[in-house]
Amino acid sequence: MIKFVLMVNQQGQTRLSRYYEPVELSRRAALEAAAVRCCLSRNKDQCSFVEYKDFRLVYRQYAALYVVMGVTHSENELSIYELIQNFVEVLDKYFSRVSELDIMFNLDSVHVILDEMIQNGHIVETNKSRVLAPLTAINKMVDG
Amino acid sequence: MPAVSKGDGMRGLAVFISDIRNCKSKEAEVKRINKELANIRSKFKGDKALDGYSKKKYVCKLLFIFLLGHDIDFGHMEAVNLLSSNKYTEKQIGYLFISVLVNSNSDLIRLINNAIRNDLASRNPTFMNLALHCIANVGSREMAEAFVSDIPRILVAGETMDSVKQSAALCLLRLNRTSPDLVPMGEWTARVVHLLNDQHLGVVTAATSLITTLAQKSPEDFKTSVVLAVARLSRIVTSAAIDLQDYTYYFVAAPWLSVKLLRLLQCYPPPEDAALRSRLTECLETILNKVQEPPKSKKVQHSNAKNAVLFEAIALIIHHDSEPNLLVRACNQLGQFLQHRETNLRYLALESMCLLASSEFSHEAVKTHIETVINALKTERDVSVRQRAVDLLYAMCDRSNSKQIVAEMLSYLETADYSIREEIVLKVAILAEKYAVDYTWYVDTILNLIRIAGDYVSEEVWYRVIQIVINRDDVQGYAAKTVFEALQAPACHENLVKVGGYILGEFGNLIAGDPRSSPLVQFNLLHSKFHLCSVPTRALLLSAYIKFINLFPEVKGTIQDVLRSDSQLRNADVELQQRAVEYLRLSCIASTDILATVLEEMPPFPERESSILAKLKKKKGSSKLPDLDDVRRSVNGSTDHAENTEATETVSAHSFTDKLNLNSTPSSGPSLLVDVFSDVSSPAATDMSEEHFPRFVCKNNGVIYENQLLQIGLKSEYRQNLGRMYVFYGNKTSTQFLSFSSAVTSSDILKTQLTVHAKTVDPMIEGGAQVQQILNIECLSDFSDAPVLSIQFRYGGTLQNIAVKLPVMLNKFFQPTEMTSQDFFQRWKQLGAPRQEVQKIFKAQHQMDSDVAKAKLLGFGVALLDGVDPNPANFVGAGIVHSKTTQVGCLLRLEPNTQAQMYRLTLRTSKDSVSQRLCELLSDQF
Repeated sequence: MIKFVLMVNQQGQTRLSRYYEPVELSRRAALEAAAVRCCLSRNKDQCSFVEYKDFRLVYRQYAALYVVMGVTHSENELSIYELIQNFVEVLDKYFSRVSELDIMFNLDSVHVILDEMIQNGHIVETNKSRVLAPLTAINKMVDG
Repeated sequence: MPAVSKGDGMRGLAVFISDIRNCKSKEAEVKRINKELANIRSKFKGDKALDGYSKKKYVCKLLFIFLLGHDIDFGHMEAVNLLSSNKYTEKQIGYLFISVLVNSNSDLIRLINNAIRNDLASRNPTFMNLALHCIANVGSREMAEAFVSDIPRILVAGETMDSVKQSAALCLLRLNRTSPDLVPMGEWTARVVHLLNDQHLGVVTAATSLITTLAQKSPEDFKTSVVLAVARLSRIVTSAAIDLQDYTYYFVAAPWLSVKLLRLLQCYPPPEDAALRSRLTECLETILNKVQEPPKSKKVQHSNAKNAVLFEAIALIIHHDSEPNLLVRACNQLGQFLQHRETNLRYLALESMCLLASSEFSHEAVKTHIETVINALKTERDVSVRQRAVDLLYAMCDRSNSKQIVAEMLSYLETADYSIREEIVLKVAILAEKYAVDYTWYVDTILNLIRIAGDYVSEEVWYRVIQIVINRDDVQGYAAKTVFEALQAPACHENLVKVGGYILGEFGNLIAGDPRSSPLVQFNLLHSKFHLCSVPTRALLLSAYIKFINLFPEVKGTIQDVLRSDSQLRNADVELQQRAVEYLRLSCIASTDILATVLEEMPPFPERESSILAKLKKKKGSSKLPDLDDVRRSVNGSTDHAENTEATETVSAHSFTDKLNLNSTPSSGPSLLVDVFSDVSSPAATDMSEEHFPRFVCKNNGVIYENQLLQIGLKSEYRQNLGRMYVFYGNKTSTQFLSFSSAVTSSDILKTQLTVHAKTVDPMIEGGAQVQQILNIECLSDFSDAPVLSIQFRYGGTLQNIAVKLPVMLNKFFQPTEMTSQDFFQRWKQLGAPRQEVQKIFKAQHQMDSDVAKAKLLGFGVALLDGVDPNPANFVGAGIVHSKTTQVGCLLRLEPNTQAQMYRLTLRTSKDSVSQRLCELLSDQF
């Protein structure tokens, strides 16, 4: 299962965090810092899966932003790697070319999208338009 | 699609975020956040009702603040109120706030449950979805109790909307994980399995996750899912992508679902039904074929998605391990990936191939890739890939290629990354032993290991080489000659001195005929290393000297002079002084016959599983078993311990031969620093580190703290109410630590119960160096708190603060007490007052192994009494806790119930606070 999803930038600032297993607030900061350090210390030649404590980090870099997922060993790494891509593509579609600022200023929408895709650590939906359906509905209500 | 931020309502949010981004310092940021929190608090408390947008804005701000690492202690009630709103936007924000910020034991759960109940009954699919998401994400026991009967009904009801079914499936999965006892099985099982046939692939995806989890727990009940999963998989892999338009990802049909179905099939053996089996084989072949086809897209996403399915298919093929044809094809495919330009593929291919190597059908096929793998070891730029290459070499090793593989690993070891050295050392040691045809090769290999990576050679490894040399007389002469030669090197590793001292002490006579290695030359050689060695090694060397006196009467005088010197007889170290005094006396008064009997050659060790293998298993076990990190650690600790007690038993009959085990009390395991290279990388923390604290309840030595810069190891010994702890601070960097200081602090109460006196340490630690600090400890009366070691130093300009909870616990002051069954019961009755007894019944956190439990109890400090309890599976122990003021007798009984995976622990002591504390400490260990 997926233990957490993080979006962090190159300065090490967390832009999104979602935990599917309870982690104390004090440990979150440490965990997030360690995850960022781990990603930043690696270059493009290195593989995108890193053993970390008793689980694995799968990460993908988009410009200055990293998306990191912590997964148990029972997950298929490549499918998680592409799940990250799919998530980012959904964000891209919704924000028409997503940027770090979009994520900061629309944290609620990003959460809704993530919740449509992953629930308590398992993939629930991968079809982009179905993921966006609730948000599209809200925006229609607001506009109309 | 919407613009970045809409309307005026969000301008406040934008301003706030911009302010935070512009903050020049952490202090400024905290100040700005506090201002905002005050503002939001006043708005929530204000009389004016807030509109949806304002609420959304404030909740977004709170989420943002939470993300920056600040606790949010208000707003929960407002969020709960939002749940009952009829406006979708408000409701959605309420749920979002709750699932991010409310933990499962919040006292608001009852209120939240009410809102959820209303939404579930609303028949509005969007509302139902929000409610189900919330249950799935919070998933507390109370929620499970409230909704466990509704969710299966929603899941299988015909009229439920697809998206609601998806949420319901994952919701049930969550409740099954958190409260499995509440989730009813049976009636709806068949209908859940049938969801695999659902028209909607989103529903199938969610259902597959659910069924996989349930099938792992009760495979019988979900057996029928195999047929449906194969059918579904077959439809996906053979379909033209066009049929699954919505779920096609870069021209790959439903990759995530395929992976999940293949994972579900791994819960079961290969299907027995021939038709079904051939259909599955056909699927797997199609997946293998597709990889060879020209790609439909040049995009990396296309090949990744395709390969994700491929790797899962290979995992299934390996799991079934029944189709030689498929196994060999899988191996060939992975072989291609070994040279792929994508690092990710090379990594995964190495990992999968490791599993293939263990199948009899594909072992030979894997072996053909040996050159590629060795090349990967030499050229890969990523340490994690190299690590996989080492794993694979280890897995593919057999008699035919062991010399080549061991030689390659040894040569890699010279430049290997520090993080994986210890593991390579263990692997080389095991392979060398397992495939040794002649043991001279084995001895050479181990000595090479010590030469190349002495610091990483753990005790298990050098114990083992000694065991083997002692058990095989054909190699003893060669071993003596080889260590003698190795010791000639001007700088040799201390581990080599240990092995050399031991082997020459036993078998030096076998090479004494040669004048170049005459007894005196041997002795002088060993003694030239003496002054550079640590106390335990010196103690071992002293034992080697007394053995020399027996083997070579001609050097008796020389050795006696050495023993008689002030540096030995008046050595500040008690152990060394005692050995010098006793050995000297022994050599003076005992007759040759007595000397020969006392110092007889060590008898062969009983054959048993290599302790190195056990260690490696444990090391590797961790990476395969998720969520078991802690289990592994403590099992690791205690098994070291079991080894130790066993070793003590083996050698204790021979009074002067406890060289393998220099720690005299059974509670101090030989695990000092063995765990140093375990994959624990705690991030630099300024809060108190206590994660390793529980590991020290039953042992005295090991690593208590480690981060990127510093490693703190402990070695401690206790006698009655006094203790001494050696704290080793290792600088892991190449830069010096300046203004280093460390002090021990205790709470006011603890100060009256325990005194800890710390000697001062040098304020500077050079890069790579280790310094030692001695703590003298005295227990004044019983206590339950623990002292804290605070460390401060300057590294590269920044001040580092570290606080570590010191593992000084009440049980350290135990003295084991042996007593007869009659005495035991008499005292047990005397301690019958209600508060003197503390009992705890608890679930086993680790595997219930009686040897491990025994080792832990011994490590805890009590004596184990055999034949007292009528049930041999139970443990009964006794001991006395010493403090300055009192001595408290303690009796304990541990009753394992393997069927229920439970333990019952009963403690009786004459003081209730002691009973209480000991029970707390011990019950966490099982």
